[in-house]
Amino acid sequence: MSTKQTLVVIGNGMVGHNFLENIAESDIADKYQIVTFCEEELLAYDRVHLSEYFDGKTAADLSLVKPNFFEENNITVHIGDKAIEIDRENKQVISEKGQTIAYDKLVLAMGSSAFVPPIPGNDRENCIAYRTIDDLDDMMAAAKTAKVGAVVGGGLLGLEAAKALQNLGLKTYVVQFDSRLMSAQLDDGGAALLAEKIEDIGVSVLLDKNTTDISDGDKCMHKMSFSDGTELETDMILYSAGIRPRDELGSACGLDIAPRGGVVINNQCLTSDPDIYAIGECASWQEQTFGLVAPGYAMARAVVDQLADGDTLFTGADMSTKLKLNGVDVASIGDPHATTPGALVYTYQNGVDGIYKRLVVDKDSKYLLGAVLVGDAEDYPTLLQYYLNGIELPDNPDSLILPSRGDAPAGLGPDALPDSAQICSCFDITKGDLCASIEGGCTTLGALKDDTKAATGCGGCAALVKSVLDCELEKAGIEVNTDICEHFPYTRQDLYNLVMVEEIKSFTDLLKLHGTGQGCEICKQTIGSILASYWNEYVLEEDHVSVQDTNDAFLANMQKDGTYSVVPRMAGGEVTPDGLIAVGQVAKKYGLYTKLTGGQRVDLFGARLDQLPSIWKELIDAGFESGHAYGKSLRTVKSCVGSTWCRFGVDDSVGLAIELENRYKGLRSPHKIKFAVSGCTRECAEAQSKDIGIIAVEGGWNLYVCGNGGMKPRHGDLFATNLDKETLIKYIDRVLTFYVQTADRMQRTSVWMDNMEGGLDYLRSVVIDDKLGLCDQLEDQMQRVVDTYQCEWKTTIEDESKVKRFRHFVNSDKHDENIIFIEERGQIRPANIEERQLLLAEKVS
Amino acid sequence: MSYKDEWVDICSKEDLVPNSGICALVTGEQVAIFYFPDNDTLYAINNFDPFGKVHVLSRGMVGDLNGVPMVSSPLYKQHFNLKTGQCLEDEDVSVESYGVRIKDDRVEVNLTGE
Repeated sequence: MSTKQTLVVIGNGMVGHNFLENIAESDIADKYQIVTFCEEELLAYDRVHLSEYFDGKTAADLSLVKPNFFEENNITVHIGDKAIEIDRENKQVISEKGQTIAYDKLVLAMGSSAFVPPIPGNDRENCIAYRTIDDLDDMMAAAKTAKVGAVVGGGLLGLEAAKALQNLGLKTYVVQFDSRLMSAQLDDGGAALLAEKIEDIGVSVLLDKNTTDISDGDKCMHKMSFSDGTELETDMILYSAGIRPRDELGSACGLDIAPRGGVVINNQCLTSDPDIYAIGECASWQEQTFGLVAPGYAMARAVVDQLADGDTLFTGADMSTKLKLNGVDVASIGDPHATTPGALVYTYQNGVDGIYKRLVVDKDSKYLLGAVLVGDAEDYPTLLQYYLNGIELPDNPDSLILPSRGDAPAGLGPDALPDSAQICSCFDITKGDLCASIEGGCTTLGALKDDTKAATGCGGCAALVKSVLDCELEKAGIEVNTDICEHFPYTRQDLYNLVMVEEIKSFTDLLKLHGTGQGCEICKQTIGSILASYWNEYVLEEDHVSVQDTNDAFLANMQKDGTYSVVPRMAGGEVTPDGLIAVGQVAKKYGLYTKLTGGQRVDLFGARLDQLPSIWKELIDAGFESGHAYGKSLRTVKSCVGSTWCRFGVDDSVGLAIELENRYKGLRSPHKIKFAVSGCTRECAEAQSKDIGIIAVEGGWNLYVCGNGGMKPRHGDLFATNLDKETLIKYIDRVLTFYVQTADRMQRTSVWMDNMEGGLDYLRSVVIDDKLGLCDQLEDQMQRVVDTYQCEWKTTIEDESKVKRFRHFVNSDKHDENIIFIEERGQIRPANIEERQLLLAEKVS
Repeated sequence: MSYKDEWVDICSKEDLVPNSGICALVTGEQVAIFYFPDNDTLYAINNFDPFGKVHVLSRGMVGDLNGVPMVSSPLYKQHFNLKTGQCLEDEDVSVESYGVRIKDDRVEVNLTGE
């Protein structure tokens, strides 16, 4: 007999789903039969990054639900079905579609809804709440005809909505009831500077506007009338004036409801019914509701622990926040309004650079109570640690916000933090957690992130995680050996710099100047690749041939039986019928096994070493060139058929793919590089799984970077949007050259990105803002590689002395008789060891 | 058979690839010959890779590990001591090593290992 209890979770939003993930990973997962209701047609998605939907991210990208999550964890999910009644007496939940589910424990996670101010006319056409993906779809539809848009509400979400409207091409207004923007987080000074900066990017800010009526407009669809007698004409209205807890189910079944809304919970997150918990935005704790995810996640963790008979409590949450709003850094900590009795305030205002900083300290200037930062939020991590950990302030607290003139290091070293200090708020990782992981052997940023999940949520703590890592390693006296091998006491990046600065052109020279011994396959391959990346000389040149890895040495991919596969380039996956026939004829003549690759070309297997030159001669005569499938280099630029043929295509993806493949073909790099170009956001080319992915959108091309498939798939990060082709190519030139110059050996772009201090924002600052002043050099270097391209196979077959190397025996024209094939499905395959022995024995007898 | 007769003529010195390998057929055996021009040294071992079970060692990359001259298998990257044929990762595995020399600009191999 099953002893499982039934646990029902109402709501599959961010917090509801986080709760499910927590319980699925916990020891008590087996104790419960879990059932959840999801009112939307979409399962949990990332509302924090909702505005990225406008940048081309799809609903699937924003989804928080791992594939097969519900199946694997045996959780029943009712999608598109809303719980409409809680029958506490009989302990059951009744849904809109007629489901009745009995529960032992119930968790309410209904979230909140957008507050729509009670204004006459608020439900007119194109008046939309800004909250769900459906709302965003409505916005995009309305934006097709609208010219002017107004956002009601000047909080965080309202300002994001304004940016989205502006990006959709609308003249945009922010209508704020209050006298300042982000009134909860900012004081007057900070808010005024923010308003100025928002106006600078073309969004008009209207303050102190109380909308009294929405009616027909003269020039636009609507006319908003304000209490001060002014009016605004607009075609679309977005409501983002705060949220209201979804507590109606709770109140209907008689649970205690807080005066300002929300199901009342105690420190255990229990409602007034001991079998019903409430978490997230629908809950009210000490008369507060929390409109951020971190407190919701903390509640979810507390409930899972309560169910496991633990004693984790929810005791409130820090509402400090830092964000980049329309390009403006904004941060708020603790009590920004200095409401604490006796609080003192320091402010720093720099009108020239547009920076405002405010520190709120206690009456003795010993402890930090709050802060506001606008225009420059670099001090946020330090200040937050002072605040959260009650660390005593320095004698002159204002030194923390005054610009450093070179002598006063204001930062707080990670050493000063207690082990309990929370470093990553997304996953609640403390300094102690990080230290334990470092002690356990995670001595690189990538390994540490992988092990602890720190800095893998919003990424805001990455720099702090890195400094904890550095500090701990230094303290432990661990010298991380980053030498590439015993022959060179350098990293790959060091070696690259040596090659570049000292203009070294061969492995032998580099070994003589900076290495010891004869070298090995590690340093040879690495340096061979660096030399090829930088100088782009023919890799089978006498100076270079001996440092080429297995496949590069013979310009083909060695297979398990010692034969090779051959891949001619088919840029963008485009091939003429004659080309395809020629490839087929070569394959047939040499009896090669033929298979299509994932990169949209044809792979021919089973070529003996001695056959490679003649196979390539025939392919080159038919107009093909090397596909570099053997190199750690650019492989393919995959494409969908694009606007030329497709009914939905937005731009010519094939044309761009061919242009890009021809530009970057042959580029040697630390690891293989794959591209794809999709002609619309349906994404048939799967560009987001590539190192460089490009998707056509109405406004141009969106560029994704550092994705990959393979063992550990990673979606690319959206790097820049709406690019014209010229800018797109510039950015790709810079990203790729920067990768080639700075990555470790055998490091794909995804791992390179994960190990980069500052991550995506840093890469953007280097590539887009030219923070390091490197962009010209990066582009020049790429242009040099592009200009010196040669088909290595063409060069090879034209040089008799190079062809000689492809003989199997230096002293005989025989070929390796141990290479034996068996026929299978009408083609060859290598004989396995038993088959080979049998056949060889027959031959002898 | 006299000592002198055991050396088999293979090819000209010009056919060697510096810091790299070539393969010769010597009375039915596949022999991998490696040339280190820095100290003008030659090594010869059997071409058979005992891990991948195919004849490819001549196509591996050469160098040294802790001063031991080695070739790294092109298939799965195990290292073999070029002087002895001993696998550096697995003491139970080794390949035959052979004598090799240059005489009058000709490369010669001696399968008896002298």
